Amino acid sequence: MRTSIWPTLSFFVLAGSVPLLSSATAQLVVRAKVVHTASSTPIEDGVVVVRDGKIVAVGRRADVAIPDGYRVLEAAVLTPGLIDAHSVVGLAGILNNEREDQEQLERSQPVQPELRAIDAYNARDPLVAWLREFGVTTIHTGHAPGELVSGQTCIVKTVGNSVEDAVLQRVAMIAVTLADSARKSGDAAPGTRAKMMSLLRQELIAAREYAKKAEQEGEKRNDRDLRKEALVEVLDKKIPLLVTAHKTTDIANALRLAEEFDIRIVLDGAAEGYLLTERIQKAGVPVIVHPTMVRAVGDLANASFTTAAKLADAGILVAMQSGFESYVPKTRVVLFEAGMAAANGLGFDRALRAITIDAAKLLGIADRVGSIEVGKDADLVLFDADPFEYTSHVTHVVIDGKVVSDKKR
Amino acid sequence: MLANAFITLGCLAAAPAQDKTIAWVGARLLPVSGPAIDDGVLLVQGGKIRGIGKAADVRVPADATVIDARGRVVMPGIVCTHSHIGGTAGADGSAPIQPDVRVFDSINVRDSGFKRALAGGLTTLNLMPGSGHLLSGQTVYVKLRAANTIEELWYRDERGQAMGGVKMANGTNSIRTKGPWPGTRGKSAALVRAAYVSAREYGRKKLAAKDDSSKLPPYDLRLETLLDVLEKRKVVHHHTHRHDDIVTVLRIAKEFDFRVVLHHVSEGWKVLDEIRAAGVPCSVILLDSPGGKLEAVDMQMGTAAAMEQKGIPVAFHTDDYITDSRYFLRMAAFGVRAGMSRDGALRALTLTGAEILDLADRVGSLEVGKDADFAILDGDPFSIYTKVVETWVEGKLVFDRTRPEDLLYAVGGPGATHDQSPYFCCFGASRQDAQDQAEQRAR
Repeated sequence: MRTSIWPTLSFFVLAGSVPLLSSATAQLVVRAKVVHTASSTPIEDGVVVVRDGKIVAVGRRADVAIPDGYRVLEAAVLTPGLIDAHSVVGLAGILNNEREDQEQLERSQPVQPELRAIDAYNARDPLVAWLREFGVTTIHTGHAPGELVSGQTCIVKTVGNSVEDAVLQRVAMIAVTLADSARKSGDAAPGTRAKMMSLLRQELIAAREYAKKAEQEGEKRNDRDLRKEALVEVLDKKIPLLVTAHKTTDIANALRLAEEFDIRIVLDGAAEGYLLTERIQKAGVPVIVHPTMVRAVGDLANASFTTAAKLADAGILVAMQSGFESYVPKTRVVLFEAGMAAANGLGFDRALRAITIDAAKLLGIADRVGSIEVGKDADLVLFDADPFEYTSHVTHVVIDGKVVSDKKR
Repeated sequence: MLANAFITLGCLAAAPAQDKTIAWVGARLLPVSGPAIDDGVLLVQGGKIRGIGKAADVRVPADATVIDARGRVVMPGIVCTHSHIGGTAGADGSAPIQPDVRVFDSINVRDSGFKRALAGGLTTLNLMPGSGHLLSGQTVYVKLRAANTIEELWYRDERGQAMGGVKMANGTNSIRTKGPWPGTRGKSAALVRAAYVSAREYGRKKLAAKDDSSKLPPYDLRLETLLDVLEKRKVVHHHTHRHDDIVTVLRIAKEFDFRVVLHHVSEGWKVLDEIRAAGVPCSVILLDSPGGKLEAVDMQMGTAAAMEQKGIPVAFHTDDYITDSRYFLRMAAFGVRAGMSRDGALRALTLTGAEILDLADRVGSLEVGKDADFAILDGDPFSIYTKVVETWVEGKLVFDRTRPEDLLYAVGGPGATHDQSPYFCCFGASRQDAQDQAEQRAR
């Protein structure tokens, strides 16, 4: 399918529907030898016109008029802004110092779905800028794997001085860990996988009762419970559970849970997912695959460079993530993880989609970002060669129509 | 063949690994010691490189096994100057300075990590104890031959001794708050200096005793190792990140006149002139992001490039498991991304590393007389789409991507992190048999 090429006239039609942005926003044109729109076939010798932070025209150079007075940038390759489908950046800070900047995991209780990511996100952590300069414009970030229910996640753009400047979605998912890292030692629960499932089911049952009671009592209700409210959102299918599970046992547990409570889940990691592709596909569950270059230790011992390819081959919606590292690299970069997946069976197109449009679909933000289409946010990455090649560079990064980085990275 | 017999052979550098010449013909050869050779010929016999050059210039012996290598790229076996594969454990928690400890007493040669290293084209490693001590023990230089014991892996010096350096560290890793441990950088330096002062005294006493054994000081494993450092028999491999810590290493190395290699050197870009003036080589790691601790916050992708431009000898290291040996080539490519020359980046993976380990007479480049250690790639070494298809050590095929059991280590999957199967085992087939079969397949 060809990208629809909007005539120049549509500038005026669309301009009115665009939210007002600061006057600093440059009106911008990007010309590229190849425009990977991520929503349709690549456009050779393409042009993208940006006005007031939105994409207002996309097409071949011959077909798109370049308005007077616009700043023009040139690139060899243009892609949509990259999306990191699961990160902890902004919560797990660059220093890795528990007293200073590690907000991703609250250890006081195993189940705390009421913890909001927006209350913990530091938009000015240097790692946010690090990702931005490599073309990552949107991250799904929040509470980390490591507790049974560690808290909420949110979706932000990699700009702004506060979470309010950056936020795209205040509550995206609730992070659940069905893995060894959620296991407690000694007398504390959960100490086993069966106990993890039991605690989780009990929490969801309690939330269901709470919702029922709230419906009956309506305004009279006086026992408001933040923890249960958060899980009611899941039971109502407003948000999914983000279930970190790597081993087949845990993945099967996650699928069983989703079926029992008729809730939406997103599988996170899925290092052994390639052994259960049929079940995952049948359940209609998307997967945010472990970083391709993740360390193959513990639950991830059987991780493979080809996990993403095998899941995608089975028709499962796949996105890529930077994941969580307790030491170094303090964050990974999805551009590199997707590149490694591309070179290991996923191929260029699917790998690019896994960090753009497919990630956007999985996160429920495809109306705003993830592809180069008219009407979407002008989040763009300019490269001087194949984006996945080690020796290529990001030359410019654009978020909401603003050039937020022109460092050659 | 008996295991013992094989070990003995392994000691002799010139032992014939294979008698018949193998000729790789048509490949692009990257000798590192010289310019790239397109449509080249590489001759290997007896575990050594016997010929290298353009097809027109190298005579292929009539009885040679000829391998059509068109479309392939051959580069020297990659040298990693800093690795922790094999469960490397040196010093324990009892003291901050433990030169008596040898890392080779701790290594599991069947660790799957060695297979992953071969899958990345690595053939020579400096296996080191960790950086949680001011001095965490002796390192060992190993060659990734098929092996059942560490003795089969290590490089031997002219006296037949295992080769290796000494691992030291400064900055925050080696600072603790209890017992004999330093609590500050000043104390760290003082403890190190005191140790070397003792070793110097020990050396003087030994010298003064001459041949009179009654006057010799009691033999001290700790001081003997430090004396090896002071007398330049062992190189110090020094973990260091922050600019002032780097300069402290240079200061102490100068005071005691020992040979040192700076490792990690995250803030090396801030003190390039000082490093250059000291004439000290660097072994650099590039990570996908800075941080993880305060002293690594200013890590830059361009550090190796800046060193190259300054004329500082620079190698890379994996620090495996900090980064995975399977994509060590990637680190050098990132060096190029940040401004390093392609030749410099290739050298930083091979010859400079060999020089740092005092092994450049044996490995690190494709030159006549050197060990036949090389990696065969299916494309440009700095492309993400390129795969290491074979790795050869001393003329033997030790990694073959077409073999399912090798591919498993290369890409991961069920069982990929289990220990390797023993090379010799109980069912009759010898390592040599397996080797012969593998080479048969390769042709």
